[in-house]
Amino acid sequence: MPVTVKTFTSTYDAAAALSSDRGARYLGGGTLVMRALNEGDISISTIVRASDHAMTRIDASGSRITLGAGVTFARILAERELGFLHAPARSIGGPAVRNMGTVGGNLFAPVPYGDFTVAMLALDAVVSLQGGLGGREIPLDEFLQTRDRQTGALVLAISFAKPGSADAFRYRKIARIKPKGGAVITLAAHLPVNGGRIVGARVALGSMAPTPIRARAAERALEGRSLDPSTINAAATAAVEGTAPSDNALASAWYRREIVGVHLRRLLSGQE
Amino acid sequence: MAKTALQFQHNGRDVAIFVDGGTNLLVALRELIGDMTPKFGCGQGGCGTCSVLIDGEIHLSCLTLAETVAGRSVETLDGIKDGPNLHPLQRAFADNFAAQCGYCTPGMLTAAKALLDRNPQPSRAEVVEAISGNICRCTGYEPIINAVLAAASGGRARA
Repeated sequence: MPVTVKTFTSTYDAAAALSSDRGARYLGGGTLVMRALNEGDISISTIVRASDHAMTRIDASGSRITLGAGVTFARILAERELGFLHAPARSIGGPAVRNMGTVGGNLFAPVPYGDFTVAMLALDAVVSLQGGLGGREIPLDEFLQTRDRQTGALVLAISFAKPGSADAFRYRKIARIKPKGGAVITLAAHLPVNGGRIVGARVALGSMAPTPIRARAAERALEGRSLDPSTINAAATAAVEGTAPSDNALASAWYRREIVGVHLRRLLSGQE
Repeated sequence: MAKTALQFQHNGRDVAIFVDGGTNLLVALRELIGDMTPKFGCGQGGCGTCSVLIDGEIHLSCLTLAETVAGRSVETLDGIKDGPNLHPLQRAFADNFAAQCGYCTPGMLTAAKALLDRNPQPSRAEVVEAISGNICRCTGYEPIINAVLAAASGGRARA
């Protein structure tokens, strides 16, 4: 069924078009919205696009990094300043999907996708939204909990503090097919260390709930401690707390619960 | 519903078509331009047989809104050959038995061309990575990987 395509130069106008039409969806790289159209999703009657260059800007010069919602994974891989994000970017799709898929679109990707968002969640990212009435910033954690109701707003960018050291940010995607495959589970951790103690531990999990979630019990087990074997054990044991995985073709919910602690242990102890 | 006028370069030639809103590039190429080389596989971005090069970068045409290629260059497998002469990659695929049923072949060749255009002497791991978005259910991939490596090392000299 034909849909109406509306392209705006201003993000403000694009957001107004999104918020005024329940059947409108924003088209980023196309890997979610075009797929839905190909599958005959009749809930989409209007495609909204914005050609504002701010949507594809990367600002990685300072301690706070901002990625425009339209930045592709291929662009992240080409950016040396963003080396710590190369592992999550590379874990997504094949080259074509990385040339198309965007940071903003990934926030809406259902299980087993959305690996990059897991990394963003571990980095305490903030989402910049343009609504019909104005702009606002909300923590990614909160954004994900209300994701299904955010379709009327336009994601402009995502920002986060650059990890203090290369070792502080860790990422691991478990897939059955290499190098490309949907996630069985995805893990990311940000462990800033101050005086030998972890301060502000963040552990994020993908495919362990309908959206990426924080493993708060594991974070509590890490907070204020040094990353020694007993701390790692405690975090690994706590990893499954608060999760709600589902069965899908890649793995059962039971299997995901069984392995999440194993892989968190490997991530924290630096094993391959 | 009104159609939208769309102009772009198709294998170096200017084309102009009218598309319905929401038409994907694969449908535009096959049904409106008559270029049957990109194939419809899954329509979901999972198989890679609809791969084309947009401004030299590999994209999945089934997930590309046709209107987004306005004014850009789209290359398909139809543009890879030179009259009756096969492209070195096509020759290498034939020599290495890299095509069985053939359905993945257009996407594989496009992905391989995207790689070799950027990196003429890839390692085996780089070839595997380059075709990782393309599914083949016949060959087990080894003949395809060997064909791409053969084209990289010797094919260009033969062409």
